[in-house]
Amino acid sequence: MWRILVLSACLVLTGCSEGAASSNRGLYMLIDTSGTYTQELDKAQQIISYALTRMESGDAFAVARIDTASFTEKNIVAKVTFDDRPSAANQQKRAFQEAVAAFVKDTRSSAHTDITGGVLQAVEFLREQPVGRRTVLIFSDMEEDLARGYVRDIPLSLDGVEVIAVNVTKLRSDNVDPRKYMSRLDEWKQRVEAGGGKFRVINDLDRLEAIFQ
Amino acid sequence: MSWSFDTPVSGLSLLLMILLAVLALYFARATARAALLAAGNTFYRALRLASSATVRAERQLAVRNREVLLAQGREAAERAIEREFERVQTAVKKELADFPAMHRRLSESITAIEEDYERSREVPPAPPGWVKAVQAVADIPKADATVARVLEDMHGSLKKIEEQALTEYRKNSRERHALLKRALPHWRALLENIGSFDKKLSRLLDRAVAIDRHMDDYEEINRGSDSALRKLSASSLSQFFVSMFVLAIAVGGAIINFNLIARPMAEMVGGTNMIGGMKIADIAALVIILVEISMGLFLMESLRITRLFPVIAALDDRMRVRMIWITLFFLTALASVEAGLAFMREILVQDELATSAMLRGETAALAEPRFLWITTAAQMGMGFILPFALTFVAIPLESFIHSLRTVLGVLAGAVLKLVATLLRVLASAIRGLARSLVYVYDVVIFLPLWIEGRVMAMRGGARAAEGRA
Repeated sequence: MWRILVLSACLVLTGCSEGAASSNRGLYMLIDTSGTYTQELDKAQQIISYALTRMESGDAFAVARIDTASFTEKNIVAKVTFDDRPSAANQQKRAFQEAVAAFVKDTRSSAHTDITGGVLQAVEFLREQPVGRRTVLIFSDMEEDLARGYVRDIPLSLDGVEVIAVNVTKLRSDNVDPRKYMSRLDEWKQRVEAGGGKFRVINDLDRLEAIFQ
Repeated sequence: MSWSFDTPVSGLSLLLMILLAVLALYFARATARAALLAAGNTFYRALRLASSATVRAERQLAVRNREVLLAQGREAAERAIEREFERVQTAVKKELADFPAMHRRLSESITAIEEDYERSREVPPAPPGWVKAVQAVADIPKADATVARVLEDMHGSLKKIEEQALTEYRKNSRERHALLKRALPHWRALLENIGSFDKKLSRLLDRAVAIDRHMDDYEEINRGSDSALRKLSASSLSQFFVSMFVLAIAVGGAIINFNLIARPMAEMVGGTNMIGGMKIADIAALVIILVEISMGLFLMESLRITRLFPVIAALDDRMRVRMIWITLFFLTALASVEAGLAFMREILVQDELATSAMLRGETAALAEPRFLWITTAAQMGMGFILPFALTFVAIPLESFIHSLRTVLGVLAGAVLKLVATLLRVLASAIRGLARSLVYVYDVVIFLPLWIEGRVMAMRGGARAAEGRA
């Protein structure tokens, strides 16, 4: 009888850790720093602040920049897994905010835009986190502009990952021919869904709560 | 393959099939009739049997309910009588403990009054011995001047003596009055003592009346009279609803208590780990509240206010008092922990608000509110008081548990009665249905039956003709 009880207790306790992991969220935000898009960084900071208010203990959050070569840990501006204790999590949020503010202040625009590399890096980071929901936020115009020699036409593995493109600004050429804008987003949607992920676009920054739905 | 009445061959074959079926049913009529009636009767008997069993169970349950109710009433009456006797004992110990002193005071007062009374008794003045001599002298004729002078002298002497006697008498009266006046405080003390004793005796008599009343109830319960049962049943139901209401209030208190400590508990046990879909911090907060309620139960039990645990009730007084102190200590410790957690909660809330304000870029909100100490103090106070308030949950809980037995018994009895009635109705319905089916069966085979009737009539007519011939 006592063996059954011990076994039940073990099962409950094992279940508890899994339950904890599945209720947490992993968020990786890619910020485009190429060309004139650096002018949009204030908006990125606004999104990060909003995300920080919504993150809870056990959640993981990272912010990385998209530049000429984004598939590297060096591009991660700040990353954190929020502590179990709410007070410590609050301190982490403040420190994170300060790190992001410093990045926004000092960042320089890059010559090229490697979004795919950033997504690959994001997926790699998120896979390592013991979280239930994995989300990649791409703060970019979604126009990839690779430097010579960089290979990025590789299939993405995004099973269980949601990719949300935020603040996808229209380029001058998009205004001339809107089909370019639409086809750009369609291409990304197909790439993400082909990799097993979900793709959404949120351009209205007044409804950021949609990120967490 | 499909057929239709439109095709004459198919229609004919269908008609033939129906005819054959009707014929088959006609030939199987007696057996089918017997089978239908037998099935109906079997179900009827089975359901009646089940109904009887349910009625028996309901009766047994009613007996059990009656016993439970009487036992509870007996226990309550015993407890009430016991309490009354305890009160009488306390009253006798407290109020009649000074009876010997009072008795002594009364005796002293009475003795003093007696002595004063004795001393104040009026002694009638002795008649003077020379009155007769004076009378004889007075009878001498007054013509004699010598006699007249003697008489005048005597008159003067008598007046003087009278004045002296009067003065003496007044003096004695004054002394007696003084003695009587001195006895007045003794009288008052006597009256006061008797009055206070009378009050104490009245209180004891009131207790005796209450005991008599409880004893009457107890005897009635022991006799198992219907009026006692009705009274107990009504009392049990009202207790059930009242205790349920109070328990609902207590649950509200427990929820407030939970909200006070659940958040800061995450600081101690972490805010992400879960068991069975519930945060460990929430479970820890819940456990603390449940432990407090348990301590409250033990405290009430040790104080002999409730009687949920016979083991605690059976403890000797020394152990019971120890248990009171231990549970009180734990309760105070847990209440202090809760007050600390409530304080922590306020700090966490402020920290979170400040962080949110900083993230939103609001600097004005970072200033600490002026009246923050009021909410902090209120939360701490609630955190400290609620555990003690929850202690009293034991009283309605006991009433609820006791009355629940009765209420459940009554409900179960009603359900059993309903089931028995339904079974009886179902039994009758099935028997009626079986009989109806027999008639329906006859309706289906009405044609062969009609032919049979005609044939039988013809045979009967032929036999009658033969008989007549």
